[in-house]
Amino acid sequence: MSRRMQRVIAATRGWRDGIIGFTVLFLVWEVSAHVFKIPKYILPPPTVIWADLMKRYPRMIDAAIATTSEIVMGFAIAIVVSIPLAVIVSYSRPIERAIFPILIALQIIPKIAIAPLFIVWFGFGLMPKLLLVFLLSFFPILVSSITGLKSVPRDILDLARSTGSTELMVFRKIRLPHSLPSIFTGLKVAATLATTAAIVAEFVASDRGLGYMLLEFNGNLETGMVFATVIGLSLIGIVLYAMVEFVERNVVSWHVSQRDAPEKQLIGS
Amino acid sequence: MNATELRQEAPETGVTSGPCAIHIDGVAQVFRRDDTETHAIEKIDLSIAAGEFISVVGPSGCGKSTLMRIVSGLLAPTTGRVLIDGRPVNGPYTDLGIVFQSPVLLDWRTILGNVLLQVELRRRSPGDYVERGHALLDAVGLGDFHDRYPHELSGGMQQRAAICRALIHDPPLLLMDEPFGALDALTREQMRIDLEELWLSSRKTVIFITHSIDEAVLLSDRVVVMSPRPGRIERTLTIDLPRPRGLEARHLPRFTEIVEEITGIFLSRGVLRRGRSALAGVKAKR
Ligand SMILES: Nc1ncnc2c1ncn2[C@@H]1O[C@H](COP(=O)(O)OP(=O)(O)OP(=O)(O)O)[C@@H](O)[C@H]1O
Ligand SMILES: [Mg+2]
Repeated sequence: MSRRMQRVIAATRGWRDGIIGFTVLFLVWEVSAHVFKIPKYILPPPTVIWADLMKRYPRMIDAAIATTSEIVMGFAIAIVVSIPLAVIVSYSRPIERAIFPILIALQIIPKIAIAPLFIVWFGFGLMPKLLLVFLLSFFPILVSSITGLKSVPRDILDLARSTGSTELMVFRKIRLPHSLPSIFTGLKVAATLATTAAIVAEFVASDRGLGYMLLEFNGNLETGMVFATVIGLSLIGIVLYAMVEFVERNVVSWHVSQRDAPEKQLIGS
Repeated sequence: MNATELRQEAPETGVTSGPCAIHIDGVAQVFRRDDTETHAIEKIDLSIAAGEFISVVGPSGCGKSTLMRIVSGLLAPTTGRVLIDGRPVNGPYTDLGIVFQSPVLLDWRTILGNVLLQVELRRRSPGDYVERGHALLDAVGLGDFHDRYPHELSGGMQQRAAICRALIHDPPLLLMDEPFGALDALTREQMRIDLEELWLSSRKTVIFITHSIDEAVLLSDRVVVMSPRPGRIERTLTIDLPRPRGLEARHLPRFTEIVEEITGIFLSRGVLRRGRSALAGVKAKR
């Protein structure tokens, strides 16, 4: 059997067990909601959540699109800004020394706490949400990219220097591929933070998106819809994360973390 | 393994560079970190003739790798200078092949890809070197592993791949930092014999760092014995054993004599001790 086939089978096995796990969870939830007569506004059973969702989903889809675009755009801007910045910082010590204190300060400020300020500055709409998503996802990508770019073993760089190679070539053939695993670690952390950031921004601005709907449903004690929204938000987060992971698996298939080991399902993702 | 394969011609590049003579002139290296100074090497003067095979032996930490980095221009010495063919080395010298102490292969490249990295970084077409790359890998017994990744190879196999990478562009100068360190005794013996044959046919200038006195004596025209840190040249011995030395030279009385002589130097410098092992004296705590 080819390696690829074995890999696919191993992957579906992971899926199969996951699905069984979730099925059992939902069954226990459904049964105990009925058996213990838990009021629907506290913990609605999965069937009720599903029924509520089926009634209300058109409005949710619009909200989900708004939230998704905030996440994806903010995340994309963070990537586009932080990776080139990491490259610059990794090449220049003075720039690193000048920029790092600012970045650390930025990172220490609880950005969620300044979210209301963004509303004052940029009003409602897309801008304040993009900014918050950007700010939260920016730092982990930057830091892990810098770490990766600066961790090339000295002997490898010496080898490159002894060939008289141009720095551009060293970057393309050595530094960048070497730092990819680290960059992807940052991207995955950022992907989860991006989702959180979008929801918080929508809580604060309260004018659109799934975050806003969550507040509204919660206010009306429509707990079934609250659950439905939370599940929707999780799905968005999971899909974003899975996409990053998919790209990672294809781009850095050579890395230790990507080698087919049976433990990977548990330890990794 | 087959030394004739090691000898296979590199593609014509238009660059003709003969073997090169090296003058190490009063080189010393001090590493400063915060306010501690490490005197890695004290003051080294050494002239290496074009096409000469020189080995450097010395205790761990005496500055052998540091000396190699200085000769290759990767490290600027604190004092002194290095001349190659009469020209001072300022910055990395590129007309050479280096085998580093660790294999340093790129994880994301196959073994052949790693070997070809050398020529890619030199902006030559890797396509022209594929055949030679295969021949070199065959010669070191890695022919079947050319499309594997470094993590699929043992440490000794990785090191052999690194040796191929240093030879692929057929450089006139070879710097080898304990290239056979991770090899098993038999492969090591074979690689040594192959290296001697390669050298006999190409007469590259070779600086070969090793911990093995036998290996140094069997390979070299001269053996440089270094003192413990701060490294100085304790003694330079000319090895007058006939070539090719192959497997047989080990049994010559002269070989034993020279090995004893070097061992004697280490004994007198306290690098080696007779009997009463210090290790046995370290008591385990119960
Ligand atoms: N970059 C560095 N910064 C500070 N000290 C260094 C550096 N490189 C080497 N040294 C020190 O210089 C001394 C010589 O190191 P070197 O690596 O040249 O030894 P070596 O003879 O190659 O040893 P080994 O046989 O174990 O490889 C050591 O004491 C080491 O700690
Ligand atoms: Mg060393």
